[in-house]
Amino acid sequence: MFRQARWDDKLIFERVGESDFCFLSDRTEVSLVPEGMARSGLCLPDIPEREVVKHYTNLSQMNYGLDNGFYPLGSCTMKYNPKYADQVASLSTVVNVHPMQDEAAMQGSLRLMYELEQALCAISGMAAVTLQPAAGAQGEFTGMLIAKAFHKKNGQERTEVIVPDAAHGTNPASAAMAGFEVIEIPTSKNGCVDLDSLKAALSDKTAAFMITNPNTLGLFEPQIEEIANLVHDAGALLYYDGANFNAILGHTSPGAMNFDIVHFNLHKTFATPHGGGGPGAGPVGVCSRLEPFLPLPRIAKDGERYHLICDRPDSIGKVRSYFGNFAVLARAYAYILRNGSDGLKEVSQKAVLNANYLRGQLEDTFPMPYGKLRKHEFVLSGKTLADEKGVRTLDLVKRLLDRGFMAPTIYFPLLVDEAIMIEPTETETKDTLDEFARAMKEIAGESAETVRSAPNATSVARVDELFAAKELVLTWRIYQAKADKFSGGSK
Amino acid sequence: MALDRRMLDSLGIEDVEQLFADIPQGVRIDGIPLPKGMTEPEMMRTIRAMLQPNATADDMPCFLGCGIYHHHVPAAVRSIAMRSEFITAYTPYQAEISQGMLQALFEYQSLISELTGMDVVNSSNYDGSTALGEAATMSFRIRPKKKFLVPEALSWEKKSVLKNYVWGAVMEIVEYAYDPYTGGLDMADMHSKYDDDVSGIYVEVPNLFGVIDPAAMKLKKEFPEAVLVVGFNPISLGVLTPPGAYGADIAVGEGQPLGLGMNCGGPLLGLFACRTEHVRKMPGRLIGMTKDKNGNRAYCMTLQTREQHIRRSKATSNICTNEALMALTASVYLSIVGPKGLRSIAEINIRNAKGLMQRIDELDAFDSPVFEAHHFNEFVVSGPVRPEKLNKLLLKHGLIGGADMQRHVPRMTDHMLLATTEMHTEADLDRLVNVLREVA
Repeated sequence: MFRQARWDDKLIFERVGESDFCFLSDRTEVSLVPEGMARSGLCLPDIPEREVVKHYTNLSQMNYGLDNGFYPLGSCTMKYNPKYADQVASLSTVVNVHPMQDEAAMQGSLRLMYELEQALCAISGMAAVTLQPAAGAQGEFTGMLIAKAFHKKNGQERTEVIVPDAAHGTNPASAAMAGFEVIEIPTSKNGCVDLDSLKAALSDKTAAFMITNPNTLGLFEPQIEEIANLVHDAGALLYYDGANFNAILGHTSPGAMNFDIVHFNLHKTFATPHGGGGPGAGPVGVCSRLEPFLPLPRIAKDGERYHLICDRPDSIGKVRSYFGNFAVLARAYAYILRNGSDGLKEVSQKAVLNANYLRGQLEDTFPMPYGKLRKHEFVLSGKTLADEKGVRTLDLVKRLLDRGFMAPTIYFPLLVDEAIMIEPTETETKDTLDEFARAMKEIAGESAETVRSAPNATSVARVDELFAAKELVLTWRIYQAKADKFSGGSK
Repeated sequence: MALDRRMLDSLGIEDVEQLFADIPQGVRIDGIPLPKGMTEPEMMRTIRAMLQPNATADDMPCFLGCGIYHHHVPAAVRSIAMRSEFITAYTPYQAEISQGMLQALFEYQSLISELTGMDVVNSSNYDGSTALGEAATMSFRIRPKKKFLVPEALSWEKKSVLKNYVWGAVMEIVEYAYDPYTGGLDMADMHSKYDDDVSGIYVEVPNLFGVIDPAAMKLKKEFPEAVLVVGFNPISLGVLTPPGAYGADIAVGEGQPLGLGMNCGGPLLGLFACRTEHVRKMPGRLIGMTKDKNGNRAYCMTLQTREQHIRRSKATSNICTNEALMALTASVYLSIVGPKGLRSIAEINIRNAKGLMQRIDELDAFDSPVFEAHHFNEFVVSGPVRPEKLNKLLLKHGLIGGADMQRHVPRMTDHMLLATTEMHTEADLDRLVNVLREVA
């Protein structure tokens, strides 16, 4: 039975002792800094290393990672992160290389990045790739800047970007950040892009149309070819949000679907660990006519030597320092080499099989609007449960935590009432899927009171998010001023 | 990876490819044009061999800085940061089962708040450059005017990223000059650039030249209306007055020195802090303390209504995935070194830089440092050989040289930025000086 650790809840600031750090200097000289700029006090924890390690080890046991269990978080592709990739990222030739070293002193890094770019081109069918964006959302932002630069170069004033209403929230946010006006179009009754709405929205003001395919319902767009034609006929660019790439590896590609710009989420499709929020990596691939606009520097191969190209007149410049999240890139390249063409195709086969199998196990209990066949994920509705028993999707997934499962993504996409978005990924066994399905069905049969009082097996019980937003206790210092509001808890 | 026959049977299909029947024929591909997969040892061998030509700071003393530094990383930092419960988790959307990461990030916000003297801190941006980009657009949200003043002496990477971040907001970047003798900001030039159209002013302490510029402390008094954005090196705050103490509205920095490897430039850590009154205009995730239903202290993400998954095109930023694990790493680092340790590291950094600049200055052919000022852990030298050529020579002698300043400030054609940290021994400094003596 699942039971998460609950250690004492002391903050690192509340622990006492004295630091035993090794570099304590024997003398201090005030003349080291300009007059009036010497620091007077610094309130950091002052405790021995042993206490620090205990503190964080205890915290780790109050956290649930993929290594702990099933993580069916829809759209996040939480597949197993192979340990060999950690070993690659720990090599001194990764960790201890400065990004501004002379080209001659970092040929290894340049080669790895060059080859990874080539591999991502092969996988996506795009002409060229930049590895620079730090995460998927930054990839989108980069893609939008490229679209903007492209239209500007062609002397066109295109100010709008179209996104479906079911798009990931980062799509409209990234387009807006690049200065575009965002036009949302509704989803058709079959759950896909509504062609009439798209046609109505497209104009000579349209810079790009952003979609993910399969979409956030897990449906492959049946009219993708027509969509591409419509967008291109309007003079706009077609943008592929690669968050759902896991579903199509080796079966189709953004290039084959005639996309102009694509971002990858290496922490999804290529199994790099997400680190509890990041780092990720969001490389961007483009078709050949957009290649001149990619960020700098570009990596070129000249015989056996690799070198950096830093001056290209049409480039958008930089979106982030240096080359990107190199240690993440190295992990992803290890994954690609390990899997190869055969392994990557099997990834999508198994991911889609797992999703459809689990969908089959659950659809009798939880209605699933918008047809049967799904790709990598599917979205159930918790509406019946909410209507009949007053058990909302939020309650249901909190109860799943008690069973030792991470919760699926919920209340997204908004088109589905009480949405429960499940992505099992390819790395789970039938047994795990069966256990999860059993838990879902059992919870549906439990009393409303039991479900609504969950979770109880986690480190803390249901947290009060409204209290957090009202009090805004964002630091230890703010807490000290408001400590009276936190007294009187029962363990 | 064999498919489970029972699963196919339960779906009533023979072949898994039937599940891909919805992909139109016209867009299908016949597999991926890549070689077949490797075994784990083959892959490890391939990657090790591929990376082997990299020079590493493990083998060669490294005098490159300019934002990324080779600092000592206590073994315990890496050990904790590799805990798989942290590393394999997603963003802590489900607070109850993610208290470990949430508390660690709350502590990160608290530690950086103490370090910077700022009220609130987000739970990370991608890197120092994007933190600056986000600071500029946040400055616009606080004070909607179109100009943002930045130093002429700013790394080209930051300038380029900044330009892209403000492109959408239609802001204009205006540069102010540095004093050619002290390397600090030219206050007269700043006054000449300042007008009613200025939203914010960005200043770095230490600046691109490694100079600790006391004039930065006067900016809020001189320009009280402008949003003051201060760029800092977190290690320097072991000895320097923090930005919060001289009126910064926003403080940003590169967190890599706090226990992160150089990693060929990533992952890094964008430090982002501001004053309480601006919190709702902040980009990125915030972790708040709250209570669970039994009244126990607990943590969750808060003020999410600023973020992309709720506000979509009206969000304060598009950032979703951030650098949470790096924030955790920085917290472990600060907890282990403690206040005295951080101060000591900062002092050793300054002393090593001082020692090196004096030794180089004894060589007639070099001007070291170029600027008459207090420096933190790096400084500019000029000499008879182009930095590019000098670096190749240093490499032959087993040393990783400094940064070529021309890239950042075009007129600095024979200037190099040399950085030292607590990792440099007296012998390392001697080796560098000996090569310089050879070319002098």
